[in-house]
Amino acid sequence: MNAMSAMNAGSSAGAGNPTSTSDYVMTPENQTLSVLVENKPGALTRVTALFSRRGYNISSLAVGPTEHPEISRITVVVDVDQRRLEQITKQLNKLVNVLKIVQLDARSTVQRELILIKVTADNSSRTSVLEIVQMFRAKVVDAAADSVTVEATGTQDKLSALLGMLESFGIREIVKSGEVAIGRGGRAITDRSLLG
Amino acid sequence: MQQFTAMPTVRDDEGVPMNGQQMTGAKALVESLKHAGAEVVFGLPGGAILPTYDPLMDAEGIRHILVRHEQGAGHAASGYAHATGKVGVCLATSGPGATNLITAIADAQMDSIPMVAITGQVGSSFIGTDAFQEADIVGMTMPVTKHNFLVSHADDIPKVIKQAFHIASTGRPGVVLVDVTKDAQQAMTTFEWPDSLDLPGYRPDPRPHTKQIREAVSLLMAATRPVFLLGGGVLRGRATEEVGELIEVSGAPFVTTLMARGALPDSHPSHLGMPGMHGTVAAVSALQRSDLIVNIGARFDDRVTGVLESFAPGAKVVHADIDPAEISKNREADVPIVGQAAEIARALTAELRDRIAADDTRDYETWWNTLDMLRDNYPLGWTETEDGFTAPQKVISRIGAISGPDSIYVAGVGQHQMWSSQFIKYENPYTWLNSGGLGTMGYSVPAAMGAKVGQPDKVVWSIDGDGCFQMTNQELATCVINNIPIKVAIINNSSLGMVRQWQNLFYDKRYSNTDLNTGHGSRRIPDFVKLADAYGCAGLRCERDEDIDATIQQAMEINDRPVIVDFTVSADAMVWPMVPSGVSNDEIQIAQGMSPEWERDI
Repeated sequence: MNAMSAMNAGSSAGAGNPTSTSDYVMTPENQTLSVLVENKPGALTRVTALFSRRGYNISSLAVGPTEHPEISRITVVVDVDQRRLEQITKQLNKLVNVLKIVQLDARSTVQRELILIKVTADNSSRTSVLEIVQMFRAKVVDAAADSVTVEATGTQDKLSALLGMLESFGIREIVKSGEVAIGRGGRAITDRSLLG
Repeated sequence: MQQFTAMPTVRDDEGVPMNGQQMTGAKALVESLKHAGAEVVFGLPGGAILPTYDPLMDAEGIRHILVRHEQGAGHAASGYAHATGKVGVCLATSGPGATNLITAIADAQMDSIPMVAITGQVGSSFIGTDAFQEADIVGMTMPVTKHNFLVSHADDIPKVIKQAFHIASTGRPGVVLVDVTKDAQQAMTTFEWPDSLDLPGYRPDPRPHTKQIREAVSLLMAATRPVFLLGGGVLRGRATEEVGELIEVSGAPFVTTLMARGALPDSHPSHLGMPGMHGTVAAVSALQRSDLIVNIGARFDDRVTGVLESFAPGAKVVHADIDPAEISKNREADVPIVGQAAEIARALTAELRDRIAADDTRDYETWWNTLDMLRDNYPLGWTETEDGFTAPQKVISRIGAISGPDSIYVAGVGQHQMWSSQFIKYENPYTWLNSGGLGTMGYSVPAAMGAKVGQPDKVVWSIDGDGCFQMTNQELATCVINNIPIKVAIINNSSLGMVRQWQNLFYDKRYSNTDLNTGHGSRRIPDFVKLADAYGCAGLRCERDEDIDATIQQAMEINDRPVIVDFTVSADAMVWPMVPSGVSNDEIQIAQGMSPEWERDI
């Protein structure tokens, strides 16, 4: 692992010299890691099993392909302090299928989750529900006599606010994706050269 | 760790290179093992690995040793690897064969032993159907291996074996498991030993950064109470010479952890002994009072640090390790150095020489006065037992003295392990094998067997407990039949001794389920001498102090078969010094209820 202080710029797998951790703020907060792995059977299991084995809690997890078929991208959100995060990163880097880990700073990253909400809406409440949907630039993707299904994307904060607004109408079911995140600007963290 | 290097072209019996030949996956597996440099395989066949056992029967250059239990194969491969520095190889079938390997795999992984475990798997069309002898061994061993593979195509076998040996033996060594389906073994393939490794996510870097080396030496030049903490990484990194030179140039004291015993000679004047729960007063106190710890290849294990918050409170830490994840995992490092122990030690020595030549204001005299006084006042020792039976420490100490520092000593886990680390004088690296991380009872006999296979010209002593011995002694059959004449000293206190010691100290002497009925005044179930006889080993018994030397001499003279010596000893002997679990290292006790008088001594 290279120096954690260089994490925002992206650091490559393998050995390096970490800096001292003493200058880190030791307060837990949600941290987003992008873990690029070889697209091989068991790679996701290795990553998630490492979290449970080492006693780290995963707040959110999203997995998908990248522009390179041989590379998959795991976006994982963890609620830990910087020192733990450094340890997680180093342990992840030891996994043979892990190519690269990047800590994505919320201030320079676009972070999105997707939510589908089935909310009670009959003739008396439908208009109010639709107003809220519009306010949040969400969409209605299904409707029935007594309910509508709303699709929304956004940050965790925005989706919580939307949920809070819809709660009083009666939420029947929700399903939420894990967070995905991408750095702002033109630079890409995925690169074919990762495959040697 | 030695770098994995390409072997010269392997040819078949007619001298034709193997590359390009048509063969089964099973044959390709055997040929791949040859290409990877494997000479010895410990294993036991079964249905799913049967195809591989067929070509293995004719394989020249590979000695297969048939064990009696797969756990024995794993520990034997581990002992072989420790004693030789080569990758140990074990082989088992699917399901229970594979699960029986798990303890040995976890054990070797915890102690960073380079090992490749190969298992047969049910045919790929049966995977997931709960087929006969199906077990998801790749899933099960993920947390206890460095990496593992499931191979279901014959064409992939050579590449995966090459990768497995490379991963196991480079960087921080560890265990790689390769699970090969039965249909992959049976299918035809064109053998091709690959040129490249194709491991884009695996790039261990042995070279330390010069900036860190300079910073470390700056701390070393400024320290008044430095200590070198040497761990198992010095041995795994084959760095004993380089680290030895660093110690010479520095003149600072050093301690050797349980995993590093023998890395440098015990007789070295700067050596303070072993740190940790059962370490010497001098070693434990030196770390506690140091102002600088230079850790090379140790991982600040809880058995070394005691309560972490109170460990070496005044010390800055230089931490050198090939595994970056070890650095600042437990104790925060002021100067982290990632790299191979040998390269780091060489770089530190060179820098230290330059700095000493330029300006040397170091003065360790006061420090050495303190340490010398601690060494003199609190040497390791034992008191005679009150029940009149032999003190186990005496037996172990005499074995070490009579068999000498060129022998290899392999302990099980418990009191006898600690005494073996304390009372045998290790002068050479790779002469002390034990299960340090996992603490696996039953390690000793099979690991000693593996060590003896790897170092047939050395005397190999398994120093075992009566509890440990009963877990894996079936491998005596393997030893006898394959002419592997190890010597086993059973330190027979008729109980699970270390557990009994804790019951004595912390559970009000209530000895719940620790009596094994093997020793003095018991029914002797089993009778170890008769057991030795049943296996075709020489069996000896020693029950009195005055017979110890003669019995050891007798055992030394039997070299045509294994020797089992039943040393019946007192059950009341305890391991001292001891830092009780959950307290600071400052609370070290030299005997029950007795702590050093720091105010007087320091």
